[in-house]
Amino acid sequence: MDPRRVSRTVSDPKVRHVGFFAPPAPPERSQSGPPDPTSSSPPVSGISPPGNSLSPVMIPPPRQPSTDLVRHYPHAPLLSPLGDPRAAESSVAVGSYNPSDFLSPSATTDCSDDPLSPRLSRMGSSGKFAMSLPSDEFDMPVAKQKDDVTLPPNVSDGGANMEVQKEKRAAGGKPLKEKTTKAERRAIQEAQRAAKAAAKGEYLMLIFHLEIFSSLQKDIVFLWQYDPVYLSLVLELIECSRPCHGLHSIPLQPYFHCLKSVFLTGNTTNSETVQLANCFLDVLIDVYLILCEHQDCEGSKASAAAATRVNPTNTGKPGKADAQKKDNSTVTASEKKGGDRQPDKDRKKDTPHPRMQFDDENRVEKAKKRSVVKQTEARNRVELFRHLPQYEHGTRLPELESKFFKLDSVHPAVYKVGLQFLAGEISGGNARCIAMLQAFQESIKDYSTPPEKALFRDLTTKINSYVSFLIECRPLSISMGNAIRFLKTRIAKLPLNLSESEAKANLISDIERFINEKIIIADKVIVKHAVTKIRDGDVLLTYASSSAVEMILVQAHELGKQFRVVIVDSRPKLEGQRLLRRLVGKGICCTYTHINAVSYVMHEATKVFLGASSVLSNGTVYSRVGTACVSMVAHQFRVPVLICCEAYKFHERVQLDSICFNELGDPDAVSRDYTRKEINSLDGWANSENLQRLNLIYDATPSDYVSMIITDYGMVPPTSVPVIVREYRRDQLWL
Amino acid sequence: MGAKESMDFQVVVLAGGFSKTLVPLVSKEVPKALLPVANRPVLSYVLELLEQNDLKNAIVVVEGESAALLISSWISSTFVDRLDVEVTAVPEDVGTAGALRAIDHRLTAKDILIVSGDLVSEIPPGAVAAAHRRHDAVVTAMLCSVPVSGPSDSGSSGAKDKAKKAGRYNIVGLDPTKQFLLHIAAGAEVDKDIRVQKSILRAVGQMEIRADLMDAHMYAFKRSVLQDVLNQKETFQSLRREVLPYLVRTQLRSELLLNGAQSEENGNGKDALQNSKILLSQLLANASTPSFHEIYALGPAGSAPTLRKTHKCCVYIANKSKYCARLNSIQAFSDINRDVTGDANHLSGYTFSAQNNIIHPSAVVGSKTTVGPQCMLGEGSQMGDKCSVKKSVIGRHCRIGSNVKIANSVVLNHVTIGDGCSIQGSIICSNVQLQERAVLKDCQVGAGFVVTAGSEHKGESLAKKEKQ
Repeated sequence: MDPRRVSRTVSDPKVRHVGFFAPPAPPERSQSGPPDPTSSSPPVSGISPPGNSLSPVMIPPPRQPSTDLVRHYPHAPLLSPLGDPRAAESSVAVGSYNPSDFLSPSATTDCSDDPLSPRLSRMGSSGKFAMSLPSDEFDMPVAKQKDDVTLPPNVSDGGANMEVQKEKRAAGGKPLKEKTTKAERRAIQEAQRAAKAAAKGEYLMLIFHLEIFSSLQKDIVFLWQYDPVYLSLVLELIECSRPCHGLHSIPLQPYFHCLKSVFLTGNTTNSETVQLANCFLDVLIDVYLILCEHQDCEGSKASAAAATRVNPTNTGKPGKADAQKKDNSTVTASEKKGGDRQPDKDRKKDTPHPRMQFDDENRVEKAKKRSVVKQTEARNRVELFRHLPQYEHGTRLPELESKFFKLDSVHPAVYKVGLQFLAGEISGGNARCIAMLQAFQESIKDYSTPPEKALFRDLTTKINSYVSFLIECRPLSISMGNAIRFLKTRIAKLPLNLSESEAKANLISDIERFINEKIIIADKVIVKHAVTKIRDGDVLLTYASSSAVEMILVQAHELGKQFRVVIVDSRPKLEGQRLLRRLVGKGICCTYTHINAVSYVMHEATKVFLGASSVLSNGTVYSRVGTACVSMVAHQFRVPVLICCEAYKFHERVQLDSICFNELGDPDAVSRDYTRKEINSLDGWANSENLQRLNLIYDATPSDYVSMIITDYGMVPPTSVPVIVREYRRDQLWL
Repeated sequence: MGAKESMDFQVVVLAGGFSKTLVPLVSKEVPKALLPVANRPVLSYVLELLEQNDLKNAIVVVEGESAALLISSWISSTFVDRLDVEVTAVPEDVGTAGALRAIDHRLTAKDILIVSGDLVSEIPPGAVAAAHRRHDAVVTAMLCSVPVSGPSDSGSSGAKDKAKKAGRYNIVGLDPTKQFLLHIAAGAEVDKDIRVQKSILRAVGQMEIRADLMDAHMYAFKRSVLQDVLNQKETFQSLRREVLPYLVRTQLRSELLLNGAQSEENGNGKDALQNSKILLSQLLANASTPSFHEIYALGPAGSAPTLRKTHKCCVYIANKSKYCARLNSIQAFSDINRDVTGDANHLSGYTFSAQNNIIHPSAVVGSKTTVGPQCMLGEGSQMGDKCSVKKSVIGRHCRIGSNVKIANSVVLNHVTIGDGCSIQGSIICSNVQLQERAVLKDCQVGAGFVVTAGSEHKGESLAKKEKQ
């Protein structure tokens, strides 16, 4: 640990090299910032990672090298650019790991000042070029096809046609929503340039609505319900994405104008209009299918295609794709999609659900109806955090308790754990995860498949209902999400020939193994690694209470190392006190202070050990609120910050702030000091309109302030987290 | 048998038998559980509470065969298709603990919810059960605030004297979080001083002693513990007076074998496995907020050589706004009747008229007779002219003459009241005959008694046996 390490300038996590690389320096090297692309050896593609290049970051080769990461990697939507072998080949590809794909608008604005922007503008200009071309020119190659399309299809043969199309849609339709390919991202950028507000959102909307249109099955009546303004928006989006999708071959405008007039006059009886609308729908379906086609091309075609796509004036490729499509080689197309079907499905399944946004009133209303626990929403919520659930804390526990016997669907063990979560009696990522898993174990033990149902299906729904119950008690931590995902895949992958009791025993031992290997043994490994970093005379600073850090300190003490511990704590939870009690009980010399004094106490510290709720794939450490503050101060004082986190808590999500995802605690806890009742100046103020209280539970520490992450795979720089997430995910969760 | 438990809880309703304290209200025909409250047996309040909370199975334990027969026939006629109730008779005078001993073999669930059959309450039993589970407690008792006793505005001093005399203080010691029971001394035992255990006081640091709480006699027990205690301490007769205080007393030096965590560990011989198990339990223990039990178990500064055995006794303190009362005295009987037709009328299950009273459609009310608010007139009852009824419950098929005044009273079924009677603050049992111009104040009249014409009684208990 080099205390004189170079302070980092703004190093953007988004363009960091990821993958296996062999930095010339020992592991400590990684603290000095992202490896310089020029000095490090070119990243090796993920297909065959050579073992010798791994030692510096202590990452052993994966146990089951997958042949095609793109295909098998379950989280393609988020990480496909990383997992893609192409990604490593050029900076362009790495750059396409663009947070704007899945993050807030703020992330898109980020693009302007990162090294990515020149390329973006290049792409943008080429896009503009394409747009400026008269669209008629593009129509030429497929003019012949146009006639086919524009002809109102016969009812009888149109039906047959629909069959094929439907089939194709079933195959390729669904993943569209989740997966955005490069070309689509380009389209987004172009749409942006066309002064559309949130490009990606609308683009996804376009695809979504095309999907709707195509599923209308020519039900014209339904089309009337669409607002012409809305249709025009869809059309504009299609226009924008035309050049690179071969959509230019399809003339939409005439249909649209006709339709619009019809819509406005409301004349729906005219058979002509019906025909027209039919055509319009056909066209939309075609557009949709072309997009699907692109999707597939994207997946199968190698980087060569990228070059052609960069240059949209080269109409050859889209034209070709188009022609292929229009030649109605539908049979082959559907075959091809059939082949892709499995991974697509996988991808869809594993894509995280969009999280419930609690400022969306309609959805909150709906969720309320579904919910088991009746909860009253808190009134004065902080503007920025309205999308997070916030309830009146006093009311929830009695409410849930009184329903004890009415919740037949919830297993007693799960219920107990839920109550304990709600009452705050179990906290800490590991403990909550273990408690939950043990409750699931209990429930599986008592489970019996109802007649005429399949175990794996019924049990999955059971587990789902338990999970939603637990979420209502307290939002799940990321680690718990991972554990649930693990359990569900285990259920899904149960061999069908097992008897019920065998299957149950199987699952129970799987959970046992997960707890053992991923938490208990992982902690032991972490302790083993971390203890080597503690030297005699060290002053170790820690914040709040982390189970891993505690084990490290105790172990180091048992090894006879001479060190002192500074426990920094904060209101309202004061978790550090419990840690302090235990450490002092073990005979470790401790200092206890509150976070207010961290800038003073940091002078003394030689190392900072922190726990984490999760480490995200951009290296951001998501942890107990206050962690960011401590690590920033430590960074300023040049004190190395070591994060102790089991690898099962890693998550492929990327988060840049602590706003998008967080948890809100009881606001009363911050405004009131229960130990000193005489301080009650805020009593009765909770309902004041002008007062909004905020009790955040987590915060995000940017990776710049983290020197090292100690995990069960060794000590790695924060930049290596995505590698672990990528390479060990399946292994990790036995997916 | 075959009782499918919900949430691994089994419900036992202790319905009692012919309680001596309620003489002359109870009789051979009317055991305590069937005493009417707002014209339906008090046991129905408990059973309906259970039904509302989806507790469809219960064991009703009754003292005495004849009472059991009466109760089971009533239950099977009323709750057929609604509840799956087993009525079990136990010998009389075995006490609550004895009753549980008698049905020991029937208890199979992880936890047992014991409810007294004379409870009139709207507090969901789930709340007690949930608190019990949450803390993994050995016993959880429900405490409620002592109900307002005595007719508040009748001005009858006699009743007040009675309430004073009966005035038992339940001394309850709670920890600062009001979740754990540190001390309990019920009623009669409290004479001059209370002794608090030093060890408990030292472990908790602070004890809140309350006298305004009443044991509602709704307990959640861990089955294994309950059976252990009942078997070990064969002299224990009462749950409330002996078993509960015993558990509270010994909570820091537990002699109980808490469900076999230890034996399980010994079973797995492998060292490494055990090691990680210990690590696991430690991790969990560190993460949860420790109660004083756990801190005490670890010893000072967590350095106790062996873990001291403790168990937790929890309380659930019911919200003051919820009604909760026990029908365990004559005073309570009239109080509950008053409340169920008055302040807590949502419990009665009837819909009150605009005048805030219930007059059964088949009841006949004479001219110039007023039935005031918070009154109830049962099915088929007839009232003569110029009567006045205030805050009273009148049962079924009563025949009441003219010019009768009834206030703050409970009149059960088939009572005949002659002209010009005046009844105040009294309880008139079934088949009583009140002849003309009888004046009763704060009296209890046993079943079948005949009050002679023109007699005046005040603060008396009139019953057949004694009089004839």
